[in-house]
Amino acid sequence: MRYLTARKRAEFRGSAHHGTEHHWSMMVSAVGLALLVPVWLYIFGAALGGTREEVLATFARPFPAIVTGLLLVVGMRHFAMGATTMIEDYTRGTMRKMLIIGVIALSWAVAATGLFALVRIAL
Amino acid sequence: MVQLTLPKNSKIRTGKTWPKPDGKNVRKFQIYRWNPDDGENPRVDTYFIDMDQCGPMVLDALIKIKNEIDPTLTFRRSCREGICGSCAMNIDGINTLACIYGLDEVKGDVRIYPLPHMEVVKDLIPDLTHFYAQHASIMPWLETKTNRPAKEWRQSIEDRKKLDGLYECVMCASCSTACPSYWWNSDRYLGPAALLHAYRWIIDSRDEATGERLDALEDPFKLYRCHTIMNCAKTCPKGLNPAKAIAEIKKMMVERVV
Repeated sequence: MRYLTARKRAEFRGSAHHGTEHHWSMMVSAVGLALLVPVWLYIFGAALGGTREEVLATFARPFPAIVTGLLLVVGMRHFAMGATTMIEDYTRGTMRKMLIIGVIALSWAVAATGLFALVRIAL
Repeated sequence: MVQLTLPKNSKIRTGKTWPKPDGKNVRKFQIYRWNPDDGENPRVDTYFIDMDQCGPMVLDALIKIKNEIDPTLTFRRSCREGICGSCAMNIDGINTLACIYGLDEVKGDVRIYPLPHMEVVKDLIPDLTHFYAQHASIMPWLETKTNRPAKEWRQSIEDRKKLDGLYECVMCASCSTACPSYWWNSDRYLGPAALLHAYRWIIDSRDEATGERLDALEDPFKLYRCHTIMNCAKTCPKGLNPAKAIAEIKKMMVERVV
């Protein structure tokens, strides 16, 4: 039993004075993804069903490679920030911190792996 | 962590069924009951009311039950006209005010529970201590730095209009207790009601603490736990839109940095 007043509980530790950057970044990346995803799906759809050489040739061209690279970076950044919010919603304490570290590491790993593959195809 | 099942001592059991009166227009009421003093689990009691002998609102039925059937039924009520916000409860799955919710709006049996996801004091009375403390934390009063004018703080008609849709909130807690974000994180998230009131003072042309108010709200939990679920706007018995007020605060926050 902690004898805290209701006001003390409500105030918690005061304001963290951040959150707006996260909110704005999510809006910017959402707009970016709304443009990138249809373009990338068009490129991917056009390459679908082709031979290995044709697919490699498609993603070796500058525009598809750049769009794919942007999609990986922006998409994984958006995923990491969105998943962090979700984890904050539903978990507490050490579990919360571990899951946030995990999801950020996962997003960078996926982006790095994708970019590495893209560089190998394009160069 | 989120709990997906109720603890053993919170599982609701079937309670007492009270005698059915004679009459053609009898309606069934199922009402949540819990008494902290008897050590029992919560239960749902069943009552029957002859609607020809009862007023048109849910609160009329509750008062009739308390006066004529079961005086132990406990609930808050005061103004009986949607101004005091005391009789907020969950009626037929909707958080609303019993005094302005018509029995004709409920199809079938009338199921009445306390506001969800709040600790219960007794029967239909939730503990609103934390909710009120959160309201107090947003400083719901006019903050000024300029010397007090001789007569009054003046406000243009246009600036006064900005307070419409905000000042009408009666702090019934229907919105906050309908918000899943508030259910999971009410210890840190201020909730729609407190944030609507925060915006009411931020947007007030006479208030001189706008920056301090925004500073105090700039927090991943206090403000940004709102995910625009909109349950608050859907359930508000006064027809207000707390989600819009929260969105306006977020826009002001962005305008400060971009």
